[in-house]
Amino acid sequence: MTQYRVLPGPEHFLPPAAASMGIYLPNPGEAHINGVIVPEEKAYEEAARQFLMAQVPTIFPGPLVLWAWNEKAAKKAAAVRKLYDILKECVQPGQKPMLIPMPDYRPKYPKINPEVEINPNHPNLTIWHNKIDCCMFIGVHCHQANLSLKIIRGGTSCYTVAMCAQAGHEDAMLSFRDASVEKILKLGEWIRKLKGTVKPRLTTAKTSASN
Amino acid sequence: MAEIKSHIGTQNKKGQTYTDAWKMMNEAPRNPSFYTGSEVIKEALRRASCDVMIAYPITPQSEAAALIGELFAEGYIGDYFRGESEFAVMSQCAGAAFGGARVFTTTAGPGTMRAMENFPMWAGARLPIQMIVTCRGINSPLSIQPDTIEISYLLNTGMLVWHAETAQDFFDWILKGFMVSEEPEVHLPLALCCDGFFVTHTKDVVNLTPADMCLPPYDPYRSPVPCMDMECPPVRMMRDPFIMKSNYISYATHASWQQEIWAAVERSRKHTIKWINGLIETENTDAEVVIVASGTAVSQGREAIRLLEDEGVRCGLVKVKSLRPWPGEEIREATKNARHIFVPEFNVTGWLAKEIKATIPNSERVHAGPHVCGGMTMPPEIIVSEIKTALGLRSESLAGRGS
Repeated sequence: MTQYRVLPGPEHFLPPAAASMGIYLPNPGEAHINGVIVPEEKAYEEAARQFLMAQVPTIFPGPLVLWAWNEKAAKKAAAVRKLYDILKECVQPGQKPMLIPMPDYRPKYPKINPEVEINPNHPNLTIWHNKIDCCMFIGVHCHQANLSLKIIRGGTSCYTVAMCAQAGHEDAMLSFRDASVEKILKLGEWIRKLKGTVKPRLTTAKTSASN
Repeated sequence: MAEIKSHIGTQNKKGQTYTDAWKMMNEAPRNPSFYTGSEVIKEALRRASCDVMIAYPITPQSEAAALIGELFAEGYIGDYFRGESEFAVMSQCAGAAFGGARVFTTTAGPGTMRAMENFPMWAGARLPIQMIVTCRGINSPLSIQPDTIEISYLLNTGMLVWHAETAQDFFDWILKGFMVSEEPEVHLPLALCCDGFFVTHTKDVVNLTPADMCLPPYDPYRSPVPCMDMECPPVRMMRDPFIMKSNYISYATHASWQQEIWAAVERSRKHTIKWINGLIETENTDAEVVIVASGTAVSQGREAIRLLEDEGVRCGLVKVKSLRPWPGEEIREATKNARHIFVPEFNVTGWLAKEIKATIPNSERVHAGPHVCGGMTMPPEIIVSEIKTALGLRSESLAGRGS
């Protein structure tokens, strides 16, 4: 049993892949928090709590939900938009929810515009620029998501959540698997349920220093 | 994800029924058949719903490659052609896999070495291509005979590497290999190795699944990277700023990418354990003497153990089935009681013994041998002799001249 835990960084100049540190992916019906397998229900609560605690809770939708390449993708996109609306409705003054797309994975030079997009090859530009302290990946191809989640863990203190349509992501601090429209909306329900019960983590020395 | 209609229960153009892979491999009736290893490769491919097979002749895999050509002629393979060389074949395999096909190929010895540049590329591009490696000698002077040295070169490519002992392993693992390597969190190429000639050219009774059942087709929409996206890595290979630029972000991205390949190897662990019933198999690991081997050296080890039992020496056995993922914990556990660990190998460097020494505590317990190479056979008697010598028992000379 590994002692390694997947925690907000900045972790290391080159943080390890969590899978190489003995972290396993959850089975169907499960999720993981910090690399520890938990029932999915517990992960909804924790993800909602992290969103409501964050100063800049942000959803990063990727190409698999940004483009209406099939009916299910279009429905998921609508669910993501609804989740964002719920988040805006549930946060307190001083919190700033954002919805920033990862439209593709092309390396872009000299650099991306961090106000309008995030790129898996240098995600920290967007995290740092917008002072994002909690984010959720959804609709990002698994390899690109892991690439990005690891870089974020290495260089920022941002709390990362993955709503993965496949087997989940060890490199996120919290990961769901088999994401569906229902699961996205269920997270929204949990955010509504916890509205007003979570104290936001407004500007602190730690977040301003590491962002 | 994609709206992929389940194919289970429907039929392909040959009248085979797409069958749940677990049921097909574990619950369907088996038909005993007397086949060579090469014929077994053909029979596995008949049931694999393979889209593309690309061939190039090199001994000892040529027969298998030719037999799969017959399968194509019969309509069981989507496409089949010969490349210009092994390097071309492996590059063409990449192209087909980038396009979303289930891809299979076979090679051996110098062919493996010639194509080597492609294997880390396959792994880095997350292409779940399956490659059969029928191992043979690679160095000058030329040898076409069995020798497992080429496996050592594959171990750090990022590919999954399994080492089959028998034709039955081969049949089962070809089909099961697609299931492991196509898992979205794994999605890596598999080098399924065997000892050339010993497995490919000898006949054995192999229990086959029904020929009217086949694996469900590959679903490229579960791939962890976009399928055939010319603008994004990994398809966008060259002229690519993140590859070609010299700056911290480029290096960090590439480093994270490499880590992700090896993370995927780790993720294959639980699927490999499920499908091939553990990364190792063990017998009598409470014994003070244990043989750890892979491939046909396992068979020779079994016979050596029988000969030793006749002489009152009890000996355990560890059959290493998967080399990547590496069964480190399993080997530590299986050898914890052993005072002497023997690693017979069909290669000159003893790469398996080195891996084991790097894995277990008190590695002075490992006796790296006996080794044979260049096509030599490994009589069980030489394993017996090595063990008896180490135990201080009298051992008869096996190769003395005039004695």
